[in-house]
Amino acid sequence: MPRVKIKRKSTSTDMTAMCDVAFLLLTFFILTAKPKTPDPVPVDVPGSTVTVKLPEENVATLIVGSGKVFFDITGANVRMQTLEQMGQKYSTTFTQEEKTKYANMQGVGVPMNQMKQYLDLESDKREAFQQPGIPTDSVSNELFNWIREARIATKALNGAELRLSIKGNSKEEYPTIKKVIDILQKQKVNKFSLITSLRK
Amino acid sequence: MAELDTSSKDGKGGKVRSKKASTRVDLTAMVDLAFLLITFFMLTTTLNKPQAMDLAMPDKDEKNKDDQLAVAASRTMTILLGSDNKLEWYIGEPGKSAPTVEGYGKNDIRKTLIENSQKVKQSFGKDMFVIIKPSDKSVYKNMVDILDEMHITNIQSYGIVDISQPEVDELKKQGIYQ
Repeated sequence: MPRVKIKRKSTSTDMTAMCDVAFLLLTFFILTAKPKTPDPVPVDVPGSTVTVKLPEENVATLIVGSGKVFFDITGANVRMQTLEQMGQKYSTTFTQEEKTKYANMQGVGVPMNQMKQYLDLESDKREAFQQPGIPTDSVSNELFNWIREARIATKALNGAELRLSIKGNSKEEYPTIKKVIDILQKQKVNKFSLITSLRK
Repeated sequence: MAELDTSSKDGKGGKVRSKKASTRVDLTAMVDLAFLLITFFMLTTTLNKPQAMDLAMPDKDEKNKDDQLAVAASRTMTILLGSDNKLEWYIGEPGKSAPTVEGYGKNDIRKTLIENSQKVKQSFGKDMFVIIKPSDKSVYKNMVDILDEMHITNIQSYGIVDISQPEVDELKKQGIYQ
């Protein structure tokens, strides 16, 4: 009787297609990942058990740390529009270049009378520049106007309500936070978000 | 170099056949690496998104201050946030019931909140109302912590209100206003 030979199949598979897919996905994830920009002041966000994520668009963040307040808005168009409106309010005109520069920044805390000089700085000098924070005192309440103009710009450009969120340092004393909340409440923003991290 | 060329002289001296190397490369390791990186990027992008705790403040209407909802004092619990991560709470009107100094955490304020809300629910049939009054000596983390406890203990009605002078004095008396 002839023996039935069992053909041995090779165990090695063609990995080319799999490799292609894997690297395609990898490229996609790398490109869509947003680089984490450093905060202008070290902010240690307090932890909580809440797991609601912050939306990606139409969000303005007030970064509060070391008694200073910084203002950040999402969306380049809204940023440029807000800066222009602020310029009108404080009688400063910004060039297109300056506006584009501002649109690419995050967390700016410079008073309006220094804004032009700040935007004209070289990028490495700008990083070394110690931002004094946006004035919040009753004499020149610039933060109030920033929030107001950002809300107007968001409404006009995106047709949506701007969502305000506060990113505060854990060790920040309550009066500073209260000052920010009062400014928000003064323009009838009674609902806002506090940014927290996962509790360890 | 002499050392490298030795192999060709060992042969029979005929045609030098160049060996055809296979074009196939083992891609297993490359795929492994790619998937590892994919996993890494996927996890970091989703975990990096900040969490948002929604907070609704009571409407601050300066024109008509009388337009406020009256809540029975007996079913309100007032929490005063002091310094050194300590808080003080009492039920009802200030001075009428003994205040208690406590810390934040599982065995302190959370237990109290659960006990009190059950008590109020039993005797009044309605939910407890919590008033949070952060003092100037408390830090931001305290506020977030106490709001988080509200979420954990599932207390629906609470509000953050400014602290008044008698309450500051009360905190001073307890030694948690430094």
